Amino acid sequence: MADLTAFQSWIAGAAAELAAAADHLGELDRAIGDGDHGTNMARGFGRSAALAKEEDFASIDAYLKKVGMTLVSTVGGASGPLYGTFFLRFAGPMAATEDAGVHAFAQSLHAGVDGIVARGKAEVGDKTMYDALAPALEAFDDANAEGASLADCLRAAADAAAAGRDATEPLVARKGRASYLGERSAGHVDPGASSAAILLETAARTLG
Amino acid sequence: MTKLLNDPAQVVGEALAGLVAAHPGLVEVDAEHRVVTRRGGPTEGKVGVVSGGGSGHEPMHAGYVGRGMLDAACCGEVFTSPVPDQFVAACRAADGGAGVLLVLKNYTGDVLNAEMAVELLAEEGGPAVETVVTDDDVAVEDSTWTAGRRGTGVTVLVEKIVGAAAEEGRDLASCAALAREVNARGRSMGVATSACTLPSTGRPSFDLPPGQMELGVGIHGEPGRRRLPLGTAREVAEALVVPVVEDLGLRRGDPVVVLLNGMGGTPLLELHLMFAEVRTLLHQTVGVTVVRSLVGNYITSLEMAGCSVTLLRADDEIVRLWDAPVVTPGLRWGA
Repeated sequence: MADLTAFQSWIAGAAAELAAAADHLGELDRAIGDGDHGTNMARGFGRSAALAKEEDFASIDAYLKKVGMTLVSTVGGASGPLYGTFFLRFAGPMAATEDAGVHAFAQSLHAGVDGIVARGKAEVGDKTMYDALAPALEAFDDANAEGASLADCLRAAADAAAAGRDATEPLVARKGRASYLGERSAGHVDPGASSAAILLETAARTLG
Repeated sequence: MTKLLNDPAQVVGEALAGLVAAHPGLVEVDAEHRVVTRRGGPTEGKVGVVSGGGSGHEPMHAGYVGRGMLDAACCGEVFTSPVPDQFVAACRAADGGAGVLLVLKNYTGDVLNAEMAVELLAEEGGPAVETVVTDDDVAVEDSTWTAGRRGTGVTVLVEKIVGAAAEEGRDLASCAALAREVNARGRSMGVATSACTLPSTGRPSFDLPPGQMELGVGIHGEPGRRRLPLGTAREVAEALVVPVVEDLGLRRGDPVVVLLNGMGGTPLLELHLMFAEVRTLLHQTVGVTVVRSLVGNYITSLEMAGCSVTLLRADDEIVRLWDAPVVTPGLRWGA
C-alpha cells in the first residue's frame, strides 16, 4: 500500500536519482539528440519534489496532478508533455484513494502509459521511453495476476523496464529527434527509456 | 567553456533582456514567460503571427518580431521547445481579435508542447489558433517510420511571407493556407563543418575532426545523416543544391527565392563565396532563375560552422510579399 507520503517519497527519490544520473542521461542524449535530457529531467523533477515542501496536498491525485502540471511547465522538449501527461493521467484513478493498493496502482499505471502512447504515438521498437514502459506494464500485470503484492509487482516492473531500456541499444530510432539520424542512431541506449527505467526503479524502492 | 556567460541557467532570459534593450522601439519582453512581442501590443483586427522554439537559433525567432513578420515569439531553453504555458502566453499576447497563426518547426518537442497549448487555449475559450508545421529538410526521409522531415530554413521564408500577408489584413484561414503553400514550395539541406557547444554542458554536441563534414544536419547541433571528407565550396554547394532541386522537381526557367543560411559560426566571407557557387550552379546547371536571395545567419545552431541552402519555388505573389516592408531586429528592409 502507498499513501500520499509514499508518493511524495517517490517523486523526491526520482528527483535525486535523476539529478545523480543527469550527466549520464545527457551523454546518452548527446549521442543521438542534443544532450539536454539529463538537465531537463533533473530540473523538472527537482521542481516537482519541492512541491511537497511548499504546499499541503489533500489527496494523492491532487498531488500527482500538480506534479504532472509542473513537469509539463518545466521540463520542455518532448519529455515535458510526455512525462507530464503520464502523471496527469496516472492521477485520475487515484481520486478518492488515500492508500493505494496494487489494483488502484495498476489502473493508474495503465492510464499513465496510455496517455504517453496517445500523445507520443509511439510503438514498441521505436526506441523511446515506451520501450521501457511497455514491458514494465506487462510485468506489473503478470505479477498482479499471480496475486503478488504491490512491492513485488513494482519490483517486476522495474526489472522489466531496465531490460527494456537495455534492449533499445541496437534499435534504429523511429520517433523524436533521434529518428533524424537514421541508422546512426543504432548502438546507443535511448535516453528516454533510461529515465523511464529510473522512474520505475525509484517506484519499486519507495512505493512497495 | 569559451562562451560569454554569467550563469548558464540564465542565458535565455539575459539574452532576451539584451535584445529588447538593443531594440527598445521595436519589441517588448514578458520576462516570466520569455515571450517577445511587438512594442505597443497586438494590432486590432490583424491575424497575430506567432512562432516559438528552442533558443540558440538567433535571430530566429525573437529577432523576427516586428512589423511585417511576427507579433510574438516564445523562447525555450537552448535547443529545447518552449513549454505549453509559453505558447499560451505568446498566442494571447499576439491576438488582435482575428485569431492567431502559430508557425512551428517539425520537431517532436515543439509539436507536442504546442498541441497541449492549443488544447489549453480551446478549454479557456480562445483565441482561435491555426497551426502550421514546417517540414522542409530533404536530409530526412519523410515516412511513417520517422518523425517526418524537420522544419529548418523555410521557416524564415514562411514567417516573412505570411507576416506580410497578415499585415495586409488577410484572414486566419487565408494566412494558414498561404503558410502551408510556402512550406510545400520550399526545401532545405544543411552541412556542418564543426559542432556547437551547449551553454549548459560546455561540451561540443558531437565530435567532428578537422577536414570532415556532417552532411544533412538540422539546427540542433545533432549529427547529420552522413559524415564525409570536407570538399571544396563548389562540391559542398552541389551536395546541398542537387537533392533540394530534385526533391522540389525544379525545371529550367523556374523562379526561386534562395536562402543561403549560416549556422552561426561561418563568416560572411565564406557564406558569400558559397552563395556565388550556389547561384552559378542554379543558373548554369539547373537553369532556374534566382529572383530573390538572402545570405547570412538567419536560423542558426549557436556557433556551429556550416550552412544550409533553402530554395523556394516563387511566383509573383510570393515575390511581392517577400518585398513588402519588414522591420524587426533580425530582418529589415523596405521601410
